[in-house]
Amino acid sequence: MKLKRQAFSYPYIVWMLIFILAPMLLIVYFAFSSETGLTFDNIITALTNEMYMQVLTRSVWIALKATVLCLLLGYPIAYILSTMKKRTAAILYVLFIVPMWMNFLLRTYAWQVLLDSNGIINSILTFLGLPAQQFLYTEGAVMLGTVYNFLPFMVLPIYSVLVKLDRSLVEAAADLGANPVLCFIKVVLPQSVPGIISGITMVFIPAITTFAISRLLGGGKFLLYGDLIENQFITLGQSAWPVGSALSFILLVLVLISMAIMRRAEHDAGEEGGMLW
Amino acid sequence: MKKFRSFFRGTYLGLMLIFLYAPILVLMVFSFNGSKSMGRWTGFSFRWYEALFHDTTIMDALMVTLSVAVISALVATIIGTFAAIGIHSMKKNPRGVVENISRLPMVNPDLVTGISFMMLFAALGIKGGYTRMLIAHITFNIPYVIFSVMPKLRQSSNLLYEAALDLGCTPMTALRKVVIPDIMPGIISGFVLAFTLSLDDFVVSWFATDGIQNLSIYIYGIARRGISPKINALCTLMFIAVVTLLAFVNIRSIKEEREQEQAQKRLSHRA
Repeated sequence: MKLKRQAFSYPYIVWMLIFILAPMLLIVYFAFSSETGLTFDNIITALTNEMYMQVLTRSVWIALKATVLCLLLGYPIAYILSTMKKRTAAILYVLFIVPMWMNFLLRTYAWQVLLDSNGIINSILTFLGLPAQQFLYTEGAVMLGTVYNFLPFMVLPIYSVLVKLDRSLVEAAADLGANPVLCFIKVVLPQSVPGIISGITMVFIPAITTFAISRLLGGGKFLLYGDLIENQFITLGQSAWPVGSALSFILLVLVLISMAIMRRAEHDAGEEGGMLW
Repeated sequence: MKKFRSFFRGTYLGLMLIFLYAPILVLMVFSFNGSKSMGRWTGFSFRWYEALFHDTTIMDALMVTLSVAVISALVATIIGTFAAIGIHSMKKNPRGVVENISRLPMVNPDLVTGISFMMLFAALGIKGGYTRMLIAHITFNIPYVIFSVMPKLRQSSNLLYEAALDLGCTPMTALRKVVIPDIMPGIISGFVLAFTLSLDDFVVSWFATDGIQNLSIYIYGIARRGISPKINALCTLMFIAVVTLLAFVNIRSIKEEREQEQAQKRLSHRA
């Protein structure tokens, strides 16, 4: 008997069906079922409960603000890197990636240390004779943590597009009388749109699904959607699973919608961006 | 004017690097602080590192993290490598389906992956926090192994494997003597990547496991209640470990790319 080569993948396929596919189906099952059968009650509860909706809008709002901030801070980084000599740029590029290798929990904790009421920032303020501030456990701290955690994800794709940009186009525009600002707006910016789009996707999606950042830096006062879902599953236990699943389902749909919008925008931009996944 | 512009650019990059690194550096520096304060330096000491290694809860959590990382990476590498070999010789359509399902854990938000495990383990009646964590880690590791082995398979030729079969090898021997050595670099990168991901994971573990702590779960538990110098020491060690491992993976892949480029150049010269 000749064993087919495909057979080597069978153990994995069994594993995949049980541990990758089945869990996803379970979420859908719990979100749409009750003791009596198919129901939309859980989804309706998740979408009409005032507190849930408040958290949802806050999450979307914070994620949007963080994305815009990352873009404003990150674009110049990518642009400056792309205009540098190749060797210098390569070294600096690595420096911008390394913090991304660190666990987001540790990065967030690092800010907790920095912003603590007896932390180094407040020590410096007191040393300068200024009153100490309450930084930790504010919405600003949550925002800062989000921007800090996801900034490298914005720099990466934009840089990878800008570095491939044909410099002679910029030179041609300059030769034809465009000033540097016009050059940038008319030549560089439009060509970097695919990078911007993947940057936005890579910041917005993790930002909206994050949890723990707001717990650690916001002290639990500014719940995000991720924290809400965690609450359903960890604190409330099995009885809250249907609504928890419905909330997760909504989050997944939200993620899929934003991915689809970005794909579409990318398609319209007509070029392949520097997507990481 | 030009000088001013390059000065401005340098300053901006410098500020951004400070923004990115200052928190990490402050954390590291204060892990060597003599007192509990995170605002005032009172002298160099290994006090918190000593406390760290004498804390049995932390040492237990470390053992969980390390053993889960080693076992899950090993199992994922074995299953994933065989899977990649099998998937590679599948027909287009089933192959597309399997590859797409395999991408799910990579695209899915960790939070959703985590709670889906939580519900699955309850539904299947899998008890024991350690087993749960192990299964979860193996699962999210396998796709990364598959997708680091796959490119190597595409580069290697099927002919050698078939020749080995024609010369009387069993498929298993052919695999061991011909295919595996050919794709070894991909397998090693996959293993190191899997090990690192497992070491680094918090979100999936947090939801998947039950009543057992790895380091990141322990850190989350303590950090929720405020800061502690012991955690600073722990974070410093973890940061160094992860950065070293990832540097290893990346330098490896860059080297390989270069070698390939050179090999291609040589080929094109000959042509």
